[in-house]
Amino acid sequence: MAETCELFDCGHRACGGCGAALVSRLILKATGKDVIVVSATGCMEVFSTPYPETAWKVPWIHSLFENNSAVASGIEAALKKQGRKEKVVAIGGDGSTFDIGMLCLSGAFERGHDFTYICYDNEAYMNTGIQRSGATPYDASTTTSPAGKCSIGNSRPKKDLPQILAAHGAPYVATASIAYPSDVVKKIEKAINTPGPCYVQIHAPCCTGWGFEGEKTLAIGKLAIETGLWVNYEMEDGVVTRVKKVVRKPVETYLKEQKRFRHLFKPKVNAEEIAKIQAIADKNAEKYGTDLKLKSKPDPVVP
Amino acid sequence: MALGLGCSSRPGKARNNKTGSWRVFKPIFDHDKCTKCGMCKTICPEGCIEESEDEFFVPNETYCKGCGMCAEECPSDAITMEQEEK
Repeated sequence: MAETCELFDCGHRACGGCGAALVSRLILKATGKDVIVVSATGCMEVFSTPYPETAWKVPWIHSLFENNSAVASGIEAALKKQGRKEKVVAIGGDGSTFDIGMLCLSGAFERGHDFTYICYDNEAYMNTGIQRSGATPYDASTTTSPAGKCSIGNSRPKKDLPQILAAHGAPYVATASIAYPSDVVKKIEKAINTPGPCYVQIHAPCCTGWGFEGEKTLAIGKLAIETGLWVNYEMEDGVVTRVKKVVRKPVETYLKEQKRFRHLFKPKVNAEEIAKIQAIADKNAEKYGTDLKLKSKPDPVVP
Repeated sequence: MALGLGCSSRPGKARNNKTGSWRVFKPIFDHDKCTKCGMCKTICPEGCIEESEDEFFVPNETYCKGCGMCAEECPSDAITMEQEEK
């Protein structure tokens, strides 16, 4: 049998049905081999490179949680000095991007390094055992925001990081979801070919942390978009230029598929909290104009 | 100055790790229903689905973890998951 010529190779230790593993494959599909990848600590780093093995077939360097963008900045500056044309891609999970690496990320964007930062957003610290992060959505149960008698899960909404980075003056900021793989590839291609610091945030459902069967990874990602809880959009120079439009479904269809929202349905349906999550989806839809307007059929004329 | 810090590894050395042993369910590809769209190959988180010479898709059983995403997403339902006897 012919060997695959994948740049992200088989044999990595991600869970079966891992969203982040698919993100790594899509990133390298978009960048090709002329790239230097900087990867912060996180699930992706741990499952792809347990010493002395690596699944990467491109130059790859591991940084800490916090200095991912600083390492990428240094590499970019060195390449520029040497007149080399390789692209620099920094990859971090949502914990590294939203919380711990925020300082260096902001610094690198402010200095205007020509690199692309990709965040695979699985909405908690999955590698260390599902602790909440700045990206954890409202009401999700994690080990540090457990749902119970006195708690309804994570009490804070998700941080809007793409808007923060767009405010740094980034020329290209985009959100994508692995539910639409070709869209992910297209956005990463656009990001690496845009001069200046660019940011792509990719929704990567995590079967272990969110509590669903591994085969449903893409289906869950699709539901997040169809309910309006995740919006796929592109921002160029701070202006939203393209939005994925959908015919919206009620948020329950997304929530009830996942164990981290189980407390909203059992022992009894918590209509009040579900209404709050629906309000978040409604606000997203209004802000980005994601609602697809179906042409209403004209009423049949009664003779 | 040469720096002796850090550790390095040969590219793609993770192939030593035969993740196929994790599998409980195995994807069975029905080539009569297959339309050769390539969806399974695109979305496989392992990257272990390969294209054969007659353009059909074949999973590499050495690495397939049996997650079932290909079976779930196949637009022509040409993939079914079967429990594997070892």
